Amino acid sequence: MKIHKHEVIIVGAGGAGLMAALYASRGGADVAVVSKLYPTRSHTGAAQGGIGAALGNLDEDKPLYHAYDTVKGGDYLADQHAAKVLAEGAVEAVIELEHMGLPFDRTSEGRISQRRFGGHTRNFGEQLVRRACHAADRTGHMILQTLYQNCIKQNVNFFDEFQVVDVLMNKGVCVGVVAIELGSGEFHIFHGKATFFASGGWGRCWSVTSNAHSMTGDGAAAVLRRGVPLQDMEFFQFHPTGIYKMGILITEGVRGEGGVLLNNKGERFMETYAPNAKDLASRDVVSRAIYDEVKKGNGIKGKDYVYLDVRPETVNRYFAEEGREDRIDASYVEKKLPDILDFCRTYLGVDPVKEPMPIQPTAHYAMGGIPTNTKAQVVTDENWTVLPGMYAAGEVACVSVHGANRLGTNSLVDLIVFGRIGGIQVAQDVKQLGWTDLPADAGKEVEAEFERIRNSKGKTKPYELRNAMQKMMMDNVGVYRTEETMTEAVDGLDALRHSFVTDIKIDDKGHKFNTDIIEAWELGALLDLATVTAISARNRKESRGAHSRDDFAKRNDAEWLVHTLIYQEGDLQKPAYRINTEKKVDLSLAAEDARFAPKERVY
Amino acid sequence: MEVTFRIRRQNPEIPGKDKPHWEEFVLKEIDPTDRLLEMLHRIKWEQDGTLTLRRSCAHGVCGSDAMRINGVNALACKVLMQDVGNKVTIEPILGLPVVKDLVVDMEPFFDHYKTVMPFFINDTPLPADGRERLQTQEDRERFDDTTKCILCACCTTSCPSFWANGKYVGPAAIVQAHRFIFDTRDQAAQDRLNILSEPNGVWRCRTVYNCTPSCPRDIQVTRAIGEVKLAIRKGSPEGIIKVTEIVERVVNS
Repeated sequence: MKIHKHEVIIVGAGGAGLMAALYASRGGADVAVVSKLYPTRSHTGAAQGGIGAALGNLDEDKPLYHAYDTVKGGDYLADQHAAKVLAEGAVEAVIELEHMGLPFDRTSEGRISQRRFGGHTRNFGEQLVRRACHAADRTGHMILQTLYQNCIKQNVNFFDEFQVVDVLMNKGVCVGVVAIELGSGEFHIFHGKATFFASGGWGRCWSVTSNAHSMTGDGAAAVLRRGVPLQDMEFFQFHPTGIYKMGILITEGVRGEGGVLLNNKGERFMETYAPNAKDLASRDVVSRAIYDEVKKGNGIKGKDYVYLDVRPETVNRYFAEEGREDRIDASYVEKKLPDILDFCRTYLGVDPVKEPMPIQPTAHYAMGGIPTNTKAQVVTDENWTVLPGMYAAGEVACVSVHGANRLGTNSLVDLIVFGRIGGIQVAQDVKQLGWTDLPADAGKEVEAEFERIRNSKGKTKPYELRNAMQKMMMDNVGVYRTEETMTEAVDGLDALRHSFVTDIKIDDKGHKFNTDIIEAWELGALLDLATVTAISARNRKESRGAHSRDDFAKRNDAEWLVHTLIYQEGDLQKPAYRINTEKKVDLSLAAEDARFAPKERVY
Repeated sequence: MEVTFRIRRQNPEIPGKDKPHWEEFVLKEIDPTDRLLEMLHRIKWEQDGTLTLRRSCAHGVCGSDAMRINGVNALACKVLMQDVGNKVTIEPILGLPVVKDLVVDMEPFFDHYKTVMPFFINDTPLPADGRERLQTQEDRERFDDTTKCILCACCTTSCPSFWANGKYVGPAAIVQAHRFIFDTRDQAAQDRLNILSEPNGVWRCRTVYNCTPSCPRDIQVTRAIGEVKLAIRKGSPEGIIKVTEIVERVVNS
């Protein structure tokens, strides 16, 4: 196996990975970015509506307000010291993005333009605030492009289409990763002083998702298998507005520009569920409301979807009702939401300027992930013990700033703020760290697993198992859950894993660009992550944020103001799991300011 | 509906299939609004796991699944079955070496991209107040169209000039250069214009116009190239009015 030696190995080339690569490289480190996709294909590019930062360009705003909204949005499970770092870091990081050339939309004064977004308010919930800095409805695309451009400028080393499949540990230190070069099928070892995971989420565990096909959680699964815990896996966000059946994301920015949700009676039902914020309440609140409406028989044509309406006449009617002076017209919608209009016209034949869009909640974002401190260093227990040589940021990480439910725009904020901090930190750390040897037989185990898959002689194609898993998760570990559904999922996933190990069938026996085997391997990662999600969810006997149980309908701060850490142990093909709930939520802002203390969450 | 898929295939590891050849697949129970990409998945999953293609986001923003569909470049995830007929021909994009089936070697494409200094350059001091550089809405609008590029290569690999001469930087690289040349905050327009005035720069463009209709982001690619040509002729991007405005003037006169 070819060995590549670089001080910092970054896994993933989305927003967090590129930001970390840029800052680690500027800090003098020798950096290699290893990514299964060409960097500009990363899913950061699909982010639409905006990136939150209290610039105050249009409304009075402060980072403290942003921190408050983040904590409240997370249903008080977010670590408050981390939320403060996020909100304060956002302002500087967004300004730096502009300095790097990011083409934000502009205000009439020539400043970065900002729009309203769900859950973002002024003065501790007093009023919605324009905080989401945006470039039309393709803000993530602009961030991804700008960061890739700056990495080229900085001469960062890229290993494109190298898929990371294992993590190398030795003497308690993370010493690198094993990756398969897709074009040749050869395995490569990347030996580093530090390994930085920025490999994204795992929305493909569910059947209706906004996530790309490549969002299979490879990085998270790889570290889980090597003994690193995953945190708060029960919290997976369902975005309220995915295109019906397809799951393609329709940005919250539609509602930020005045769009409203309507049921089959034409009622703006969010007025009932969230009298103040209405359609711009937190995502978990809105997703549940849609499910509730469907359950009441208020879905459109009796089906499991509702309408999102951004027709100017509808928006203006509600603006007038609310006493707002501003009005919008068709050209404004075209200007502010061009990609959304394109998606709907292409895939639905629906023109949102003239007709409402059919939408349903779609699996969107992992709040949980690899636990880290606010320097992006990975921690492995309730005492915040740092794992030497391992770092993580972005969706794969759990700092935790999103708690039980992430606010819109905060995923991009997370990438930029903690990618940046982590990049600076890792460049400093590698100056002190020496090289730890690779473990004996590095890469042999995962190579053997690939051979097992290649030579499997069963009857079931991996896609059949994947479809079954996705349906299982959608039906049983979705927006609403109970003990019974989650147990059904845990048992069902176990049976699917058994089939995966004993009965799969692969058509492509080759090595070059063998996506048949890669998809099978990715299914293994998804099965691991679905399983820890279902087990973590069943263990948490309360409802909080995105984790809503019919059998424990209330939040229970007395017992559950804690993070879930789940560890995988034993045989990789028949793993056991251990849960630790000793890690307490950080309430440091509440200690200084009572407004941050957990209280009932009303929008 | 029932559709026959005629796919151009090539597998370097299988003797007899290592040369380009056609294979046919038939799928039933297709909805008119199904995406072509999902049909390729069905073929791969249900019939032949060796069929190889790139894809990721499946809704036209990542740029992975560019291919030649009924002779025209497009992203498979943005093409609906109702628009391709009951016999559809699918080939890898042209002008780049085929790796396997619909997967081509993208390195030459990204190499061209990197030659046009596709990054923001402004070495003047940052605003003293620690805030953003200012830009008017009009100045921001000037290069909006070319910021949409996702580097899918649909334009470059539809261009006969690129097919004839792989050293030509191609439409996508020029689009990326345009995005910076016409950004009032950037200071390296002159350098990029010099690069693009070289023999393998913009003058290889013969305005065949294949690029523009093939762009899945609806970028007016040929116009962007035209604006860069005009800027080279004038020696600077300043004062270059949009080609769209020239067209409007001609039409109105």
